[in-house]
Amino acid sequence: MIPSDLRYTKEHEWVRVDGDVATVGITQHAADQLGDIVFVELPEPGRLLTQFATFGVVESVKAVSDLFAPVAGEVLEGNASLLATPEVVNSDPYGAGWMLRIRLSDPGQLEQLLDAAAYEALTAEG
Amino acid sequence: MVYGPHTPDDRSRMLAALGISSVDELFEVIPPAVRAGAIDLPPGLTELELMARLRTLAGHNRVDLASFLGAGVYRHHLPPVVDQILLRGEFYTAYTPYQPEISQGTLQTIYEYQSLLAELTGLDVVSASHYDGATATAEAALMTCRATRRERVLVSRGVHPQARQTLGTYFAGPDFAFDEVPLATEGPDAGTTDLAALARLLDDPERPVAGVVAAQPNVLGLLEPMGEIGRLAHAAGALFVAAVEPVSLAVLAPPAAYEADIAAGEGQPLGIPPQYGGPYLGILACRDSLVRQIPGRLIGMTSDADGRRAYVMTMRAREQDIRREKAASNICTNQALCALAAAVYVAALGPGGLRDVAATGAARAAELAAALADAGAPRLHPGPYLNEFAVRVPDAISVHRRLLHRGILAGIPLAELEPGDPSLTDGLLVCATETTTPEEIELFAWALRDELSAQAGVPVAGIGEGIR
Amino acid sequence: MSVTGPKLQPTLFELSGTGRAAGRRIPAPPADALDRLPAAARRAVPPALPEVDEASLVRHYVNLSQLNWGVDTGFYPLGSCTMKYNPKVNEWAARLPGFAALHPLAPDETAQGTLEMLWELERDLAEISGMDAVTLQPAAGAQGELTGMLVVRAYHRARRDLERTDVLIPDSAHGTNPATASMAGFRTVNIPSAPDGGVDLEAFRAALGSHTAAIMITNPSTLGLFERRIVELLELVHAAGALAYMDGANLNAILGRFRPGEAGFDVMHFNVHKTFSTPHGGGGPGAGPVGVREPLIPFLPAPRVLRELGGTFRLERPGERPASIGRMRGHVGNVGILLRAWAYIRAHGADGLREVSDDAVLAANYLRGRLEADGAYEVPYPGPCAHEFIASGAGLKRATGVRTLDVAKRLIDKGYHPPTIYFPHTVDEAMLIEPTETERLETLDAFADALLEIAREAHETPELVTSAPHSAPVRRLDEATAARQPNLRWRPENRAEPPRPG
Repeated sequence: MIPSDLRYTKEHEWVRVDGDVATVGITQHAADQLGDIVFVELPEPGRLLTQFATFGVVESVKAVSDLFAPVAGEVLEGNASLLATPEVVNSDPYGAGWMLRIRLSDPGQLEQLLDAAAYEALTAEG
Repeated sequence: MVYGPHTPDDRSRMLAALGISSVDELFEVIPPAVRAGAIDLPPGLTELELMARLRTLAGHNRVDLASFLGAGVYRHHLPPVVDQILLRGEFYTAYTPYQPEISQGTLQTIYEYQSLLAELTGLDVVSASHYDGATATAEAALMTCRATRRERVLVSRGVHPQARQTLGTYFAGPDFAFDEVPLATEGPDAGTTDLAALARLLDDPERPVAGVVAAQPNVLGLLEPMGEIGRLAHAAGALFVAAVEPVSLAVLAPPAAYEADIAAGEGQPLGIPPQYGGPYLGILACRDSLVRQIPGRLIGMTSDADGRRAYVMTMRAREQDIRREKAASNICTNQALCALAAAVYVAALGPGGLRDVAATGAARAAELAAALADAGAPRLHPGPYLNEFAVRVPDAISVHRRLLHRGILAGIPLAELEPGDPSLTDGLLVCATETTTPEEIELFAWALRDELSAQAGVPVAGIGEGIR
Repeated sequence: MSVTGPKLQPTLFELSGTGRAAGRRIPAPPADALDRLPAAARRAVPPALPEVDEASLVRHYVNLSQLNWGVDTGFYPLGSCTMKYNPKVNEWAARLPGFAALHPLAPDETAQGTLEMLWELERDLAEISGMDAVTLQPAAGAQGELTGMLVVRAYHRARRDLERTDVLIPDSAHGTNPATASMAGFRTVNIPSAPDGGVDLEAFRAALGSHTAAIMITNPSTLGLFERRIVELLELVHAAGALAYMDGANLNAILGRFRPGEAGFDVMHFNVHKTFSTPHGGGGPGAGPVGVREPLIPFLPAPRVLRELGGTFRLERPGERPASIGRMRGHVGNVGILLRAWAYIRAHGADGLREVSDDAVLAANYLRGRLEADGAYEVPYPGPCAHEFIASGAGLKRATGVRTLDVAKRLIDKGYHPPTIYFPHTVDEAMLIEPTETERLETLDAFADALLEIAREAHETPELVTSAPHSAPVRRLDEATAARQPNLRWRPENRAEPPRPG
């Protein structure tokens, strides 16, 4: 169920790397916990993020959650389509529901993240 | 008089079900060291006694005076239909509409209130109300800081002093700064925001301004150049907050017309009696782009599972119970019943009626200004006003007191409204509304003429001559 | 409910028609009344306000009121809200012209009745709470909290102690507490609850230090439990040089039994719309007076109400108390609401108020006992509670998939407003139930019966519960769309979907 080619944080973000560009989103587990997502607040392009710092906020009808950067880097773009259709985070969190693209400053940081099996184990403990 | 229904038998049965012999056992968890002793309060009154005491207290308030007092709180004709609706128990004993399926009454009335104020202000997002005009203004100023990420606000001295003071209190926690913009002291614009001073205050690259707050009409009753103020604010990258009086919005250009980003105001004039200070109604409205910054509840229209139109509290994730320490504001209660009063009032008056209230006030105010000028108290400022203005009265505090003893509440001495400003010792701020009668105006003018001549020690001067 | 069932209503805008409301409420102004105003300042387009005849207006609002639930309709077991009966004599009192028509800037000598009432109320609340002084200014409990915390801030700054940056708050606290701490410029440090529901004393001790400005505690807690370790807690707080703030939302449990100021709290707020019966109004107005011990009096908001030697009353003059934190809002307070609280206290006296808490605590324990005996819902903190208690639907959810949310909606079908749900956050599938002292024993029993019946339904016919309510004027609402595409004001395009009566 959990994409095996991604890395994960304990705070339920995922990251996909392509060259030096990292795409970030939240997992299905997180989306399910939040319920119907109504708004995603993302940083402006150009902003510099440090690993595990908060980069934004995701709001559902009854809850709100900070978003934590899995890796450090410069923000390239946020997913503008989430403004009009935030619900795509619920329906396709690993694909069209992506949130942020970052230019990686330190690829070594990926080692600190969980792989699919480790994340699976984390959420199984629930 | 107590209201609990439990008989001794009921209590016995509950105690027996719990297997205890006295309710005291349920309080044993309180450590003995901190158990309360007797509380020293007067013994409970019967309903008859309570009502007698209340009548006595109410009788010690003088509400029979010919009143020309405004300064942000205005006496208007209150259509009795407003109170009849407020007295419906399903409205006033209802809780916050967290369970929307059984709160459609409250929810729809607040949605309608939001819509009515959106029409009056021209701004599409109206909160379900804040505590009062002063706190709404303070929160509006905080909004500008959040939205621009700047930490300094400029507030015209034309904004009501109580709103300015409240803003100061609210700015203490986050340690934001605010500077007051002086009013022009001479010329045709005397008494309104000094635009040159505003431009100078805006021009500080080290301390960029988040928002500029100005009032329309201002606290001296004068009409401000809101378009100009807004342009200056926006040119400096600041937001523009308009502090407005809602009845005036029936006839004056609304905040949207002069590009205000946020509007705040005291809603008391919309169907809420003065009550010595509250509960009133904080109007807070903003343009769409700022919707996520506005504190307080928002009621939205949606549909239910069967497709019926319905209303619900929405965008709740902004609020304190969800955001907790990251909430924009800690506001929990709003002023729902006061918002209902305002909505019923506006609906009961209709567009023509509200316009008539504003226009009649303006007409009476012009009569009042002429009568007072004749009596020797000309206006302090030359600019246009709606229904409130300041007049020159030497030693205004003493004159005000002597007029009080003649049964006239002659507005408020400017020196009491803005203590510490020496330029204001010789002025009274007075207003008229549709409830002001020609007889009252005549009484005021006659008594004032008498007091001024006694003060000057000279016989009454001719008509049109000011007495100095 | 009306004789034919509650009816959904179109909006005022849809009832509107040009010329519909031709009657005059006030005489026509002169035609040239506004001519002296510059054109630039005048409104170019009149506001599109609805024009509705009075009869239609009244029907609109009467029908809308019948879509609402109120204390006057039925039982409202909302934990932490104290939905007690709102006495009607208080409504009469507030409408006496002597009180209602008084302008807040009128000279003190013309306001002696109201000033005396306010002065008495300050003393009554001080006496009830064991505090030395009270301000009536805050407009609501949350504003009372902010007032209290700004007083705390001022106190430490006056001592030149600028290191006091943190406020310790139990994780079971109402969301207003941490929100308030932030607004007052503090950092919130969350303190976990111990297994018995009280504050974890060790965690508390570890977090306490020279950076602590204050602790904010609700007592009894939001779990409905009196803090057993209150004496030790207060000693630790003071030993660390910090102040103790009590959130007084649950005062209904301890009237005549515990006086926070006397026990060692330095500052607290009252919710008069909870403990002192002022009506909730659909979400306000309320009032949140704040009580303080002697050392904090200089910092209270201004103006306070003073009594002169001759027995007359006046407001403090500007600058009379320079250390004041200033003004929290316009004028002296929500006087109309405060008047109702004054009347409630006068009607009860000390004995009556103590009886209020006795009955509130007894009723809550009785209801708790009924649920504990049955077992369909867990009661995570068995044994005596204060005026409210927590039940949990966690077990029911595991067994049947039916959640507390569904149970709450099904209670509507049974004729009750749901209790507080999913608060506090520290208990899974929580229901916080507070009956108050003004409900008959028959009502308490019928409510318990209804809850237990729903538990049975959850096992036997779960869809009935998960799709509830069925009997309310509307079914469950699409809150997701409401938040994603907010429609916050009427526009003519909305006319496309008029309400379909239920």
